[in-house]
Amino acid sequence: MKISYYPGCTLNTVAKGFDTSARQSAVLLGFELKELVQWNCCGAAFPLTPDNVMGLTAPAKVLSNARKEGDTVTTLCSVCYNVLKRTNKVVRDDKEKRGVINNFIEEEYDGSLNVIHFLEVLRDKIGFDKVKAAVKRPLKGVKAGAYYGCMLLRPFEDMGIDNAEAPTIFEDLLKTLGCEPVEFPNKIECCGTHLAMGNEDVVTKLSGNVLSSAKNKGAEIIVTSCPLCQYNLEKSQKRMEGSVGGTQMPSLYFTQLLGLALGQDEGSLGLEKNLFDVRPVLKGKGI
Amino acid sequence: MLIKLGKENLQSEFVKLVERISGEELANCYQCGNCTGGCPVSFAMDFGPREIIRLLQLGQEDAVKNSNSMWLCVGCLQCYCRCPKGVSAAKILEALRQITLRKGDDHAQIKEIAFPFMKNAPQQAIVCGFRKFVS
Ligand code: SF4
Ligand code: SF4
Repeated sequence: MKISYYPGCTLNTVAKGFDTSARQSAVLLGFELKELVQWNCCGAAFPLTPDNVMGLTAPAKVLSNARKEGDTVTTLCSVCYNVLKRTNKVVRDDKEKRGVINNFIEEEYDGSLNVIHFLEVLRDKIGFDKVKAAVKRPLKGVKAGAYYGCMLLRPFEDMGIDNAEAPTIFEDLLKTLGCEPVEFPNKIECCGTHLAMGNEDVVTKLSGNVLSSAKNKGAEIIVTSCPLCQYNLEKSQKRMEGSVGGTQMPSLYFTQLLGLALGQDEGSLGLEKNLFDVRPVLKGKGI
Repeated sequence: MLIKLGKENLQSEFVKLVERISGEELANCYQCGNCTGGCPVSFAMDFGPREIIRLLQLGQEDAVKNSNSMWLCVGCLQCYCRCPKGVSAAKILEALRQITLRKGDDHAQIKEIAFPFMKNAPQQAIVCGFRKFVS
């Protein structure tokens, strides 16, 4: 099986490990993530005001090109997923905007693509039971906090991947890998996102709240699905190093954890780029 | 805070513009405060989302424009998800940003952004930051 795959800018550059670990995991699970022949940046923010049609053109171009290669596209970054899925809905349901967008990008796209997150590929196309059967190195006893953040889930009527207030898809995956998922209150709260540009104090506070909330519930590691969440969680811990309430929690992409459990070659996981290494935690559990 | 109310505030062009760009009707908000309760950055805002909407309902253009609230909103949509009236404070704050940016008043100067950030940050942070802060 082949699934069209949209990496997005960040996975092509600073979050390479997120990309390579997912591609390798797919191979180990018996399918291929086939990178789109032609793609561009999604714009990294779904335009919130309805009159901003210009902000929809970049993602619409991605969707239109992807449609030429198949009926489904998957992506790993929560933000790309949010922007592509929401834009797709606008193109599909709003005839007037569809016309304007198509005119501008010189395409005839109708919104008929199916945009799914890689977590949905694992749950709905492969099946968590099959993932479980492929696990070679169960991550037994690892207490992991599944951090959703905002973009995977909200707004519910557009995203629909899971219950927006009490999602479980992430924890369900962690369970199949052998982990003990930890329920923590801030799992759907914001990391501070683009405020990393010029407003680090607010980011440190928001990410710090996420980390301490997970830690207080017993998490040893925290698992992400967005390079910006990953960056903010790691940098905030660095900034808080040595201060009261500071944490030292390994944070990594869910595909890196998946790769570890599937027995992927560690060299292709990009773990060395993570600021807090997960391997000592695994070692401590005899994994 | 002393607020002067008059027809010129309540029916000001500015308030109409906010409603038009955001697509939200300010009168729909009945001030329950759920949005501010769920907002992760209200602690740092001069006015939380509920207060911003109240000030707009009362036509207080200057107070709203001079506050830092619009630049701190992270667009997380907790306000919208929790609003019993289906109001999106996120859209209203985005409209306020758009009104400023569309005049060419940038909130961030590209040359002032720290080099290590530009070099190491995820591309998405830079693209998103520019979209929110630069015209
Ligand atoms: S939650 Fe909705 S109704 Fe309540 S104060 Fe906020 S915007 Fe107004
Ligand atoms: S979208 Fe903005 S106003 Fe709404 S909860 Fe998030 S930060 Fe607060």
